[in-house]
Amino acid sequence: MTVHTQTARFDSMDLDCGVRLQPVEVAYETYGELNASRDNAILVLHAFSGDAHAAGISAETGQSGWWDAMIGPGKAFDTDRYFVICSNVLGGCRGTTGPGSIDPSTGQPFAMHFPVITIGDMVRLQKKLIDHLGIPRLLSVAGGSMGGMQALEWAAAFPDSVASAIPIASTARHSAQQIAFNEVGRQAIMADPDWQNGDYYGKARPARGLAVARMVGHITYMSDHSMREKFGRRLRDKDAFGFDFSVDFEVESYLRYRGSQFVDRFDANSYLYITKAMDYFDLTASRRSLAQVFEGINTRFLVLSFTSDWLYPSYQSQEIVNALRSRNCDVAYCELESHYGHDAFLLESTEQTETLRGFLKSTKI
Amino acid sequence: MAHFAQEIFGRSDYAIIGEIVEPGSLVLDLGCGEGELLAWLRDNKNVRVRGVEISPAKVQKAIARGVSAYQSDIGDAISGYQDQAFDYVILSQTLQEIRAPLDVLKGMLRIGRRCIVAFPNFGHWRVRWSHMVSGRAPQTELFPHSWYNSPNIHFLTIEDFEMLAQKEGWKIEKRIFLSGQRAVKLRPNLLAEMAVYLFSK
Repeated sequence: MTVHTQTARFDSMDLDCGVRLQPVEVAYETYGELNASRDNAILVLHAFSGDAHAAGISAETGQSGWWDAMIGPGKAFDTDRYFVICSNVLGGCRGTTGPGSIDPSTGQPFAMHFPVITIGDMVRLQKKLIDHLGIPRLLSVAGGSMGGMQALEWAAAFPDSVASAIPIASTARHSAQQIAFNEVGRQAIMADPDWQNGDYYGKARPARGLAVARMVGHITYMSDHSMREKFGRRLRDKDAFGFDFSVDFEVESYLRYRGSQFVDRFDANSYLYITKAMDYFDLTASRRSLAQVFEGINTRFLVLSFTSDWLYPSYQSQEIVNALRSRNCDVAYCELESHYGHDAFLLESTEQTETLRGFLKSTKI
Repeated sequence: MAHFAQEIFGRSDYAIIGEIVEPGSLVLDLGCGEGELLAWLRDNKNVRVRGVEISPAKVQKAIARGVSAYQSDIGDAISGYQDQAFDYVILSQTLQEIRAPLDVLKGMLRIGRRCIVAFPNFGHWRVRWSHMVSGRAPQTELFPHSWYNSPNIHFLTIEDFEMLAQKEGWKIEKRIFLSGQRAVKLRPNLLAEMAVYLFSK
């Protein structure tokens, strides 16, 4: 299945920080067919480093989508039944307006003049896209990690527009630990001399800082178990220690590889803006309890977490579930068994597929 | 007696519960397993259903069946709901397995307008006979486990439940006693293998 990324353009949008962004572009892809009654649409929401290319083979890059294991004919998000949409988030660097886009008032990239954005802003841009596509009500909004935050925000901000929400390995508010890891990533980027206060477009990019940020990220996405299994203490292309600071261990090699690979496809300033949006995310920010946020909404929920995920631990999912339960909302929750840490939500498993399929099938619009 | 659920699941308490629950109601099943009963109620009785189950594998199967099940210990689950949140709260074949049955029963009455419990009757003559002749923990068709691997930690009889209900002042609206699939009318504490109660505060 070859897919093309498309772009929608809107004249302006008002952001939480008070700034009006104009114009705004959003990159998106669709899979499957929208039915005549326009009630089979599912919006899939990507995590921190994802993009609009969720499934199939990209006509532009030749790569398969980030959730290709879950989206397609006969898969969890069955494109024979559903019309699946995925867009790149606001602040991103994969086609949607972000810090690397040209600021029309200067003709230069926004860089650090880009306004600070929130998860709420990302969702309001997605709402514009859904309206533009002529979809009155989504059958579901689904995503893992930061995608799960967007799913929750959708249900809280537009409850009448979503029949169901599926936050996976996610949270209703970023914790101190989650903020801390993001801050390490940001500091790594900003400590790189090539960062130049964000003004590096057309020059050398802060590749070392961004690579280090990504290395930290990858550690948090795995588990002790999965790292032991994947690398153990195995040495890389040698039988004995080098007694220097070149690569000794497999795990070092892996992290360096992942870091350098990331630099080719991700913009360091987007890293700063998107992690900040995650850190600001707190559904209870307006001093309402989480239960009050969900008061009276008819959206159905499926909340999933994974046993070995220590970055978004199950207690955060349970907090969401308990708030929903206390308001008699319709919520299903399961902590799925996995050794893969936070990464588990991206991997296909029979359990996750069965669960998603059954939940979607039983959701009435 | 309806035999629909019996045919599907081989569990007579399901059939009885299906008969009791009124269409259009909101039902919570504590210890819902893989959601068989709830799926049946939803499809055949037009009932909105929720389930609680401790085993992640079973919860996952229940959700795959389209039932809104949620993974939790029964006690924790009860404490998270508002008063009178449900039309019915069901506890089927679980009362004898939980650590604090009275707390759970009181909690059920707090969150549900009416409660349904189904439990195996340890007063059945075969249990008494098995215990008397062997001098050991009773083992029967209904209670096939050895004492050391039985999930049952309380050995209540129909008489025990009646006395508790009286002591607590619960209103028993319906009592149904079964031996296999037959209804038992006389001397249920001796002749019934299974009891189903519908009660409220």
